Amino acid sequence: MIKFENVTKAYPDGTVAVDGLNLEAPTGKLTILVGPSGCGKTTSLRMINRLIEPTSGTIYLDDEPTSGMDAALLRRRIGYVIQHAGLFPHKTIVDNVSTMPVLLGESRQKARTKALELMERVGLPASFAKRYPWQLSGGQQQRVGVARALASDPAFMLMDEPFSAVDPVVRGQLQEEFLRLQREIGKTIIMVTHDIDEALKLGDQVAVMRVGGKLAQMATPSELLTSPADDFVADFVGRDRGYRSLGFTKTAGSVAIGEEAVVQLGASGEEARAKASGAWVLVVDGGRKPLGWAQPELLNGELKRENLNLSGIPAAASGTMRQLLDAALSSPSRRGVVVNEHGELIGTVTATDVVKAIEAEPHLETAR
Amino acid sequence: MNYLFDPAHWSGADGIPTLIGEHLLYSLIALAIAAVIAVPLGIYIGVTGKGVFMIAGLANALRALPSVGLLILLVLLISPAFPSRMGYILPSLIVLVLLAVPPILTNTYAGVRAVDAAAVDAARGMGFRTMKILTDVQLPCALPLVLSGVRSALLQIISTATIAAYISLGGLGRLLIDGKAQNDYSQMVAGAVLVALLALFFDQLLAFITRRVVSPGLTRRTIKSAPVAEPVKTPVTV
Repeated sequence: MIKFENVTKAYPDGTVAVDGLNLEAPTGKLTILVGPSGCGKTTSLRMINRLIEPTSGTIYLDDEPTSGMDAALLRRRIGYVIQHAGLFPHKTIVDNVSTMPVLLGESRQKARTKALELMERVGLPASFAKRYPWQLSGGQQQRVGVARALASDPAFMLMDEPFSAVDPVVRGQLQEEFLRLQREIGKTIIMVTHDIDEALKLGDQVAVMRVGGKLAQMATPSELLTSPADDFVADFVGRDRGYRSLGFTKTAGSVAIGEEAVVQLGASGEEARAKASGAWVLVVDGGRKPLGWAQPELLNGELKRENLNLSGIPAAASGTMRQLLDAALSSPSRRGVVVNEHGELIGTVTATDVVKAIEAEPHLETAR
Repeated sequence: MNYLFDPAHWSGADGIPTLIGEHLLYSLIALAIAAVIAVPLGIYIGVTGKGVFMIAGLANALRALPSVGLLILLVLLISPAFPSRMGYILPSLIVLVLLAVPPILTNTYAGVRAVDAAAVDAARGMGFRTMKILTDVQLPCALPLVLSGVRSALLQIISTATIAAYISLGGLGRLLIDGKAQNDYSQMVAGAVLVALLALFFDQLLAFITRRVVSPGLTRRTIKSAPVAEPVKTPVTV
C-alpha cells in the first residue's frame, strides 16, 4: 500500500505543484494518476521515491513513512519505469535487465539468468540479450524498461507515462500485455498518464487530478464514466461516456443468444440458401469456429474463402456489453457472433437484444 | 632525407632516439598533468552545471595563446627562481599543459552533458547513489568524447613540444632549431617528418585504445554475435 497524507509540494517561487494530496494506492492494485499537464501527477509520483522531496505531508509505504528512510535504499525497493525507458546505452539488454539484482548484490551470472527469464516474460526473444538499446525499437526498449524494473521483484512499481512514447498500435499491445502481466504478478503500482483512455483501460482505480495539484476524483473507471464528481472530471473523461461505460458492464448471461444455422466452406449454393436467415449465412470451420458471413444469392458454385465477408467482430459470451453490441453492429447480417472461451460458436445476438438487456440493468450510478 | 638515414644520427646523447625519448617525455608528462586538471573539472562542470562560463570563456581564451611568446615570458619569470634546468623545463610544461587543457575540458564537459537524461533519471530512480551514477552511467557514456578530447590534446602537444628546443632543451625541436642555425635543411626536414610521424602514430594508438574501451552500444558499431555467457566488449568489425 502506498499512501499520501496531506502531501504538498510548493516551490520557492510560490508555484504549488501538489496541494494537500490524500490518496491511497491499495496493495496489489494498479492505481492511475491522470490529469492535464501541470496537474502535478508526475511530481506526485516522483515524491514517492523521493526524487522530489515533499514540502509538507507524509507518504507511507506499507504504513512506514518514507521521509525517514535512506533515499537510495527506498528507491531500491520500488520498481521504476519511465517514458523513454532510460536504458543504459553502453550496456547490453541482458545487462540492463540485470541492473537491479547486481546493485542489490547478486552475482552477475545469477542476475543474467534471471534477466533472460524476465525478457521472455515481457515478450523479448533471447536473441536480443547481447544487443544494445539503440538496436531496439521504442516499444522493445520499453519492454526492456519494464523487465529491468521487475528484475528485483519489488513489491511496488512506479510508472511514469510508460507507454506514451510509442505508436498507437504498439501502445495497445504493450497495454494488453502489461495487463496480463499484472494479473500474474499483482504488484502495487502507481502509474502516471495524461491519456484518459489508457487510465480507464488499465486502472483498477483512477485518480483524476486538476491543475494546481488537487485531487478531483478517485474512483474505479466505471464510476468515473457513470458518475463523474464535477464538470471538470466529466469534461476530462470525455465524450461517448455512455457507450464507453458499457465496456465495464459484464453481459453475465443477461442477453438472449439466438441459435444460428451454419455452413462450412465448400457447401453448395443450395445448402447455403437453405440455411441462410435473411440474406446472410454464417460460415464456420470444422471446429465450429466462425470464419465469416456469406451471401448465398451471390454464390457461383460452391462456397469458397473469397466469398466471405470478414467485417464482423465476434464477442466472447463472458465479455462486456460494449463488445456484444459492437459484435452486432459490425456484423453485415446485423447478428453479432458470440463465441465461448475457446472461440467456438455459441450463437448470435441482435443489437436490439443487447440494448434491451442494457435497459433492464439499473444505471451503475443507481446500482451502487 | 639524407640526415634521417645517416646511421651516425641514430645514436649518442643527441641522436634521434634520445630526441624522440625527450620529446615523448615532455609530451606525456604535460598530457598527464592536463588530464588530471581538465577531466575532473570537466566532470564537475558537466554534472553540476556550475562554472559553464569557464568552458566558453577561459577554455577558448587559452586556445588563442601564442605558445612561443608565452614560453619566453614564463622563462623570464620562472628561471631566476630555479637554478637548474628546471627553470626551463617548467615553463615548457606549463605551455603544453595550457594548450592541452581546453580540448580535454570542453570535451569532458560536453560528454557528461550529452549523457541521456532519461538514463541518469532511471539510475537515480533505481537507487544508484550519486557516485555510482557517475562511475557506472555518466563516465562510460561520456568516454568517447573525453577520449577524443585527449586525442586532439596529445596531437597538439606533440606538435608544439618542438618549442622546448627554443630555450635550449631537448626533443625533436632540436633538429629544427639546430638545422636552421646550421642552414642544414636536411636536418630540419628530418625533424619535421619525425614530429609528424610521432603525432600520427599516437593519434592512431589513441584511436585504437578508444575502440577497445568504448562500448559498442555508444559507437553503434555492429558486433558479431558472441557466446551468451561472455560480455561483449570487443568490437570485431568497425
